[in-house]
Amino acid sequence: MSNLLSLTTFLPILGVLLLLFIPKDSKGTLRNVALATTVVTFIVSLPIMFGFQSNAEFQFVENIPWISAGPFVMRYFVGIDGISLWLVILTTFIMPIAVLSTYTAVEEKVKEYMILLLLLETGMLGAFISLDMFLFYIFWEVMLIPMYFMIGIWGGKNRIYAAVKFFIYTMVGSLLMLVALIYLYFKGVEAGFTNFGLLQFFNLQLPLATQVWLFLAFALAFAIKVPMFPLHTWLPDAHTEAPTAGSVILAAILLKMGTYGYVRFAIPLFPEAAHKFAPLIATLAVIGIIYAALVAMVQEDVKKLVAYSSVAHLGFVMLGVFAFNVEGITGGLLQMINHGVSTGALFLIVGFIYERRHTRLITDFGGLSKQMPIFATIFMIVTFSSIGLPGTNGFVGEFLVLIGAFESELRWWTIIASSGVILSAVYMLWMFQRVMFGELDNPKNQKLADLNAREIVIMVPLIVMIFVMGIYPKPFIDKMDPAIKKLVSQVRPLSMSAQKMSEAQPSLPSGHTGIEMPAGHPGMSPETDSHAAPVANPHEAK
Amino acid sequence: MLDYVWLIPFFPLVGFLINGLLGKKIKNEAVIGAIGTLAIFSSFIVSCMVLLEMIGLSPENRVFEKVVFPWIHSGNFKADMAFLVDPLSCVMIMVVTGVGSLIHLYSIGYMHGEEGFYRFFAYLNLFCMSMLLLVLGGNMLVMFIGWEGVGLCSYLLIGYYFHKKSAGDAAKKAFVMNRVGDFGFLIGLFTLYWWLGSNHNIWTINFTEIKAASHLLPYGGVVTIATLCFFVGATGKSAQIPLFTWLPDAMEGPTPVSALIHAATMVTAGVYMIGRMSFVFIKSPETMMVIAVVGAATAIFAATIGTAQNDIKRVLAYSTVSQLGFMFLAMGVGAFGAGIFHLMTHAFFKACLFLGSGSVIHAMHHALHKGHLHDDAQDMRNMGGLRKAMPITFLTFLVSTIAISGIPGFSGFFSKDEILWQAFANPYHGNLNYFLWATGAIAACFTAFYMFRLVFMTFFGECRINSKVKEHLHESPLVITIPLMVLGFLALIGGYIGMPKLMGMLPNYFEHWLDPVFELATEYGAAYAHHGEHSSHALEWGLMFGSVVIAVIGIGIAATMYTKNSTLPKRFTDAFPSLHRAVYNKWYIDELYDFAFVNPCKSFGQFLWKGFDVLVIDGVVNGVAGVVMGFSGIFRYMQSGLISNYAWSMAFGVVVMLGYYVFK
Amino acid sequence: MENLNGYLIISAILFSIGTIGVLTRKNAIVIFMCVEMMLNAVNLTFVALSRHLGNLDGQVFVFFVMTVAAAEAAVGLALMIAFYNNKESIDVDDVNLMKW
Repeated sequence: MSNLLSLTTFLPILGVLLLLFIPKDSKGTLRNVALATTVVTFIVSLPIMFGFQSNAEFQFVENIPWISAGPFVMRYFVGIDGISLWLVILTTFIMPIAVLSTYTAVEEKVKEYMILLLLLETGMLGAFISLDMFLFYIFWEVMLIPMYFMIGIWGGKNRIYAAVKFFIYTMVGSLLMLVALIYLYFKGVEAGFTNFGLLQFFNLQLPLATQVWLFLAFALAFAIKVPMFPLHTWLPDAHTEAPTAGSVILAAILLKMGTYGYVRFAIPLFPEAAHKFAPLIATLAVIGIIYAALVAMVQEDVKKLVAYSSVAHLGFVMLGVFAFNVEGITGGLLQMINHGVSTGALFLIVGFIYERRHTRLITDFGGLSKQMPIFATIFMIVTFSSIGLPGTNGFVGEFLVLIGAFESELRWWTIIASSGVILSAVYMLWMFQRVMFGELDNPKNQKLADLNAREIVIMVPLIVMIFVMGIYPKPFIDKMDPAIKKLVSQVRPLSMSAQKMSEAQPSLPSGHTGIEMPAGHPGMSPETDSHAAPVANPHEAK
Repeated sequence: MLDYVWLIPFFPLVGFLINGLLGKKIKNEAVIGAIGTLAIFSSFIVSCMVLLEMIGLSPENRVFEKVVFPWIHSGNFKADMAFLVDPLSCVMIMVVTGVGSLIHLYSIGYMHGEEGFYRFFAYLNLFCMSMLLLVLGGNMLVMFIGWEGVGLCSYLLIGYYFHKKSAGDAAKKAFVMNRVGDFGFLIGLFTLYWWLGSNHNIWTINFTEIKAASHLLPYGGVVTIATLCFFVGATGKSAQIPLFTWLPDAMEGPTPVSALIHAATMVTAGVYMIGRMSFVFIKSPETMMVIAVVGAATAIFAATIGTAQNDIKRVLAYSTVSQLGFMFLAMGVGAFGAGIFHLMTHAFFKACLFLGSGSVIHAMHHALHKGHLHDDAQDMRNMGGLRKAMPITFLTFLVSTIAISGIPGFSGFFSKDEILWQAFANPYHGNLNYFLWATGAIAACFTAFYMFRLVFMTFFGECRINSKVKEHLHESPLVITIPLMVLGFLALIGGYIGMPKLMGMLPNYFEHWLDPVFELATEYGAAYAHHGEHSSHALEWGLMFGSVVIAVIGIGIAATMYTKNSTLPKRFTDAFPSLHRAVYNKWYIDELYDFAFVNPCKSFGQFLWKGFDVLVIDGVVNGVAGVVMGFSGIFRYMQSGLISNYAWSMAFGVVVMLGYYVFK
Repeated sequence: MENLNGYLIISAILFSIGTIGVLTRKNAIVIFMCVEMMLNAVNLTFVALSRHLGNLDGQVFVFFVMTVAAAEAAVGLALMIAFYNNKESIDVDDVNLMKW
């Protein structure tokens, strides 16, 4: 089945067509059809996971002509490697859960809601599998619209503000990216490329000045999406106002677009610029970790707290990715998936209590453990996963990020970032204590029902994933490893590695950030002797 | 049997899963308790078999590694789920499973009738699993799973009575302070890993591999940084200055928890970790000094606080902090064997003391409950004269108290005396040794004082409990007293396996057993050791005599103050009111931390949120939007909505453009 | 063809009349007719030049324009009727809802 990817991507569209023919009053049918569509999509995506060979090549590739307009030639070119594989699976895995979570939460305009959810799924999957830059851009924008409507129509009190903020923030970034994309394309045309196919552009040797500008444009677009400090303020608003399913998808998948964008586009396309800006981005990432943790600590709204914790977690991802070594990037990718699972679960949890009490203020709760023991257990597991307790998924990713960054030139950044593990424990546990522990003194909380079967069914897969990825992450790492190794060899600019290789004695590579342990031990860059020579780029122009 | 070492943590895991998932359905306390206790007891059996097999091997072969499954492999980094069995981990698994089994048994009686009985046993088993992972871990990361896992269980168990705010606060405090330590542990791990990797291309966190490569590590320098970071981890877990304040608060948990986690096992993890990596620590004289000084300071500091507490469990908690200080002192002066020895004897007598206090509290609680009184069942001012009502508890408690006070013939004497002697005679710290010894000795005096104060206030004198309920006081059931008796017995004789050479009656089995683990450290230490002027037998005898005298003095003061003349304590506190207040309030350390860290963090967070996020960033964002809207507010009037206007302006535009082309 | 200028002049006159009509009149139907007049003025130019240059492209375009004009008539008149039903007027000054 060579067109498995397209099938997975466009199945939700099929579901949309089906939904169009269902009268809007039969809400049950609408929900079930949407759920069935996402479940089928997930099942269809499973062969992708099992059939994926652990090597660095793009697999399940489809490459057919699409648009040809003058100098612009776009192709329908899709495929996945170890980096995008898990994000595709994460998307198809989260979607049924998100749909199931809306069964009682959304009562108005169910048909439209479901249609938007399915459109969103297509957009996200398409963006993860696109290997044509223009195709990627199209899907990137396709994701934006349904989310805008979901926040704007089904959101909370302040939904219009949040939706517009979300939209404009993202749009500013993506338009800049579009400009950069077209500029890059013309550079490619000069070099003899004939289409937008991504892989050939990895070979493009651009002068540093050009790289810097293009990198900045791409980086800004992705930084907004991640979101990185100080471009993060749309996130708390969007999350607080969005309906539960919207928050879950936003946190679990949409934010990954930003970090994925760095890994797939910004870094391998402009490796030298990426190296140049690594200290800056690492600084922002570390500020984000600490800043978001401190701000999360004083939040009064549970959902806002979780939103800020997202900013902190994605700071770890960025730090890992910009370590430019296998450990760091592996950790970053794992952390992306972990964050999808854990924070998705946290937003679902917040949704559960919101549905029951129609408030999210921490002060309105307290002592819920007594009334809702199952909920308490699940909440606790997810909390500790978010804190990154060993044995849960959060730990593996966070640890690899930190150790990878420590090995790289970002040593001091790592030390500061590590203190984020203290702060994350503080704000999560404090919140948990205030919501779940203590006396059950609010009379409104005394009749709260524990989770029902549907809600447990929603949470169980996430809990299972938390432990599977924490205890046996090997299958995940094994599949992504070759692709990451290739990426690492790509992002080490040829000139730079040549320079490093020529340095026989272990001394700090010049022209870099120049961080060294104070004890005065030679800080030879660890990559030099571990991953042999810079591999010539194997991609051929398609 | 060694191949099945993974069974040791596996049994408690099974117990945890059964009780955790099905406990609510089982309901029957006997079944739940039996499952929990059997799980850890099975581990104890396996541990015994492992120990026997290890004894059968020749000393240099007593290292066994078992990889259960590959865990994280990425790039240079490789960590397996691996177990390491050597003499050190053997001691630890014996202590953990042995004391653990007894405490499980005890809990069946102590927790009888509590809501969430199954939850308690599930957590207890989970704790044992984590602790066993910690001590059996073959690499730093497996150790770290256990390290954080015990922190989690400690959190869960301290917060067991979660409806009490104080319990929730204490649980959170314990976890967060442990996290501060974990931060240090991680940085230490990173530093060591990175340095060995980037300089010698040995990318490893495996203990045996690090040990094999340890000759490459320099003295001081990067090793000082790494070991200091590790030591920060140890201070968090083992409640040393400056991260000790969580342990007294942790007494909010049920008493068996205090006995198991906050006395016998978890809090000793820091000591164990230093022992495990002794060959790294010894390479940094600076770190060794820091450890010794912190250990000694904690020993005396906590001991002073212990003298003024009235809550029976809090006295024991400060006593634990103080005794842990002794262990660190031992580690810091390079007496690793002595430190581990004290760890073991302390596990016996302190577990016995906690369980004994639990038995007292149980009886008090029961009696007060019968009399419908709401007095504090843990306050020693409400107790007194309990020895008649609770003879077994009293006897075991007394034995353990004598042991901890360092009276010859009891286990604590052998280990503590060894530590004090090593503090005095070790070859590493020069003149600092006198100070270390003196501090330790004074702390020992305080120890004897506050422990006997506790015994006198609780078991001797008048019974101060309300006379209405006096007749309800009676000895605890067998399921509680059996563990007490076993532990009391161990507290009595446990020291004889580690008798000092000096006495010469028995060989020092314990040190010989641990020799293969620590000999490398001694070898490295020799590089900067200056051997010595002061290590004669006469001196050793003298110091030993001195420490006994000191202990007796402490007991004597306690006896004078709390048995014969009961107005003495009051006169004393009246004479030095501010001193007493400071000691009673734990030298205001909690308040200091609140003032220095907690509150600034909160207000800084508030500032960042309201000040920076909302005002600055969103201010800029909304400001840009505002400017755009302002301009459009002006320009929108061009949209009059009248077609003729539009048509005229279009025509005008056409004319202008045409004009431009025609007349340019 | 020597009288090309005549065609173009007539076409220009027609176009100008139409333009002025569009700009000055208020009655939608009159405006609409003026637009038609402008379109036909252009058609005339097309045909004249096509003949002059001996190229049929212009004539083809005329057909396009006529088709569009027909469609425009249909849509435009429908709009006007709808508007009249609402406002009882076809004065374009009454069509001013699309303002700020």
